[in-house]
Amino acid sequence: MKLCVTSTGPSLESMMDPRFGRCIYFIIVEPDSMQFEAVENDASGAAGGAGVQSAKAVADSGAGVVITGNVGPKAYQALSAAGIAIVTGAEGVSVKEAVQNYLSGKYRPVAGATVQAHSGLGG
Amino acid sequence: MVIAIASGKGGTGKTTVAANLAFMLDDAQVIDCDVEEPNAHLFLKPVMNTKETAGLPVPVVDESLCTGCGRCGEVCQYSAIVVIQKKVMVFHELCHGCGACAYFCPEKAIREEEREIGIIESGTAGGLSFVHGILNIGEPMAPPLIRKVKERIERGRTVIIDAPPGTSCPVVETVRDADFCVLVTEPTPFGLNDLELAVEMVRKLGIPMGVVINSCTIGDSGVREYCEREGIPVLMSMPWDRRIAEQYSSGMLMLRNLREYREHYGSLITNIRAELSRDETAHCHQR
Repeated sequence: MKLCVTSTGPSLESMMDPRFGRCIYFIIVEPDSMQFEAVENDASGAAGGAGVQSAKAVADSGAGVVITGNVGPKAYQALSAAGIAIVTGAEGVSVKEAVQNYLSGKYRPVAGATVQAHSGLGG
Repeated sequence: MVIAIASGKGGTGKTTVAANLAFMLDDAQVIDCDVEEPNAHLFLKPVMNTKETAGLPVPVVDESLCTGCGRCGEVCQYSAIVVIQKKVMVFHELCHGCGACAYFCPEKAIREEEREIGIIESGTAGGLSFVHGILNIGEPMAPPLIRKVKERIERGRTVIIDAPPGTSCPVVETVRDADFCVLVTEPTPFGLNDLELAVEMVRKLGIPMGVVINSCTIGDSGVREYCEREGIPVLMSMPWDRRIAEQYSSGMLMLRNLREYREHYGSLITNIRAELSRDETAHCHQR
């Protein structure tokens, strides 16, 4: 199953982005081969609805798991409806390390939003 | 004549100017469009005689007709409706009520239902008529309520609109279509910074404007110099006076008790009228 890691840049070496809706890139990784595709997040600078648009982009990419830092309420709702597992708590590591950490069971799937709406803005 | 009282920075005295200007005009209509925190009524103390709820049309999808084609999500500018894996999802708090999803749905599977976002009250205060909107607590959609409040504008009268602070969507919605915009500021670097943003906004809307400087006896000369440089008329300068703050904080209409300032507001009205006729003349010459 393909994994999606929210990222600040377009490669496996890029630092992952702890924000879901407003991350800069989605890195879609095939974990067995570590082959990947970088998808730019059009919703990164959206005025509103970034979480919803990002969830749609991830669903369209075919990923079954999202690895990120935090997820807001609307993104959570949309991702869950699409049957995508949401794994949070990743921060301060590269995309590659985030994948490895996930595969070794370091991050856990969540059963709800981990931050409030608009948390990916500013700060 | 519709005069919008706005400001970049909050707390510079928009409502004080709006309420006291209305008091001087006596037969004006006052519209408080600061629907997130309306407060003009505290000073004008209108007797309210109507109260109506205001709603926003939001989409309701008949899933038995929906094929999951995703057209609604493509046309929605606000991500309020999205189709993920053929399943349609609606996020009402993101919906601006534009109706595009229902209009473009090829299956006619979407109908619109009113979602209450606030109330509109109207009444009178002496010779003034008064309207304000109150947005429901926690409700993010101020502009649609502001639009509904502005539908009550009586175009034949002198109308004073109290705007929300800032330069974002609710302010643009409030100020657009006004005949004149008064920008209230204070002579501080903060006042100047936000005034510059507000001036840019009003210029984009193509509305003639002037500036009111409150507490003009404190602070620095930055605002005045900026107005001179940009050719923006300073319509009124009010001195810093503790008594004005005392009137405000006890919910009193300043001009009722501090009569010496009535002259200032008299000149404000004269200056606005002069600017408006100057603007009209300029337009005639263009034609």
